[in-house]
Amino acid sequence: MIEFSNVSKRYDNGVMALNNVNIKIEKGEFVFIVGPSGAGKSTFIKSILKEVDATTGKIWVDDVNITRLHRRRVPYLRRKVGVVFQDFRLLPNKTVYENIAYAMEILGTPQRTIRKQVPMILSLVGLSGKGNVYPNQLSGGEQQRVSIARAMINNPPILIADEPTGNLDPETSWEIMKILRTINRRGTTILMATHDKDIVDIMKKRVIALERGGVARDEKIGVYGYDD
Amino acid sequence: MTIKPLFTLREALKSLWRNRLMSIASISSVSATLIILGIIFSLIVNVNASTQAAKDQIDSIKVYLEDGLSSEEGQVLQSEIEALVGVESVVYENKDEALTKWKVSWEENAYMLEGLEKNPLPNAFIIYLSDIYYSESVLASLGNLDGIEQVKSHQDIVTTLLTFSELIRKAGLIIIFILIAISTFIIHNTIKLAVNARNREINIMKYVGATNWFIRWPFLVEGTILGLLGAGISAVVIKMGYSYVYNLLCSDFFVFIAAYVIKPEVLMKDLVFLFVVIGAGIGALGSIWSMRKYLNV
Repeated sequence: MIEFSNVSKRYDNGVMALNNVNIKIEKGEFVFIVGPSGAGKSTFIKSILKEVDATTGKIWVDDVNITRLHRRRVPYLRRKVGVVFQDFRLLPNKTVYENIAYAMEILGTPQRTIRKQVPMILSLVGLSGKGNVYPNQLSGGEQQRVSIARAMINNPPILIADEPTGNLDPETSWEIMKILRTINRRGTTILMATHDKDIVDIMKKRVIALERGGVARDEKIGVYGYDD
Repeated sequence: MTIKPLFTLREALKSLWRNRLMSIASISSVSATLIILGIIFSLIVNVNASTQAAKDQIDSIKVYLEDGLSSEEGQVLQSEIEALVGVESVVYENKDEALTKWKVSWEENAYMLEGLEKNPLPNAFIIYLSDIYYSESVLASLGNLDGIEQVKSHQDIVTTLLTFSELIRKAGLIIIFILIAISTFIIHNTIKLAVNARNREINIMKYVGATNWFIRWPFLVEGTILGLLGAGISAVVIKMGYSYVYNLLCSDFFVFIAAYVIKPEVLMKDLVFLFVVIGAGIGALGSIWSMRKYLNV
């Protein structure tokens, strides 16, 4: 589903963010990406989304070689990869309903279908009846659910979560994890970068640890492995 | 992907309303620019029109005949004038014809001439010159002829007017160009502020997988609507202001000037077209230009 082959990324300021990374993630896997700050987690995620271009090596996403993807094709790659961020990134001027509908409107989905599907996904993330509320009227956990709903509304094969629980208290974090697990069980490949030791240790999923731009550990059923 | 006009228009209108403070700022800066532009435009157009009217008179010299002149004397005088170098033709203008012409040129104000008990105008010759070049020598020769009450040529006025109007036109064009440059900059900045506030928004749209044009269209339509609203406001302001000045000039005191002043309806026809094109243009260009860098995510 996702494959990195000898990928290195050197930024213009000389920082070597990724150093000869080889990773293969199969369809339906749930993978934690851990590691200290500055280890290359962000660059790893950004290169899947084509926000940064790898300096050397090859990257496949959903069996497509995206190493030399034309700028105009990038939006089509991103439709196959749902993204959830630590700071939610909801459109502040749009209601919950409109935020989710926007992702469907991009694909040219008819309004009739949108009106049917948005309430369904809202109930999946436990936000039934909150469609007409603006993001700033919701709690952090609720906002994160909206952002998961938006990421999943078009059923992408891959979901990337960049520290999705970073701004949430432990209890809310677990609610988010439950939703992610449900989505994973339905067949979506999930890649989650995190600093949350408890979550990684309890979930017992594959763990890839990045350190100084390289893969330090890759365990089928791993633990967080850091003290912080 | 095909463009969806309905979605685009709905998004643009929603965003206009939800960012209404910024919308008002943009509309104000567009209309302020267009109003100044409209004032200068109407000045130039009027100076042009009066210069044109003056030019039509420059190649003719009017000779008023002494009141008691007999028709034989008149014919002698006419042939004498026709013999002068540079005279192309001489046309006799009966005093009654002259009055009718006067009335026609005054149009709706002609009623003011109805009160005249007797025609105050003298009979006249209108001398058409083969070239303006000869006007000085013809004028000199006319002084030596008998039976002439008064020679009327607009040469001095016309020369001054020509220089003056040329100056105004050039200065006006320069000012208009500077204004357009400044206003595009101001509007660009206003929209940049608006877009800057929505930098995050555009960023998020890119992450969700929106193509550049999918993001751009609503912004483009929004900018165009802002520009058109600005154009509408300035058209109304100019129309009201110009009509006021025109009516003032048409009052009895200035009626001689008013004959050369362009009517508000005629001016507005050109001006509205100009406003719509410039307003929509800077609105659309401004929005595309200022959001350009945010799209590269």
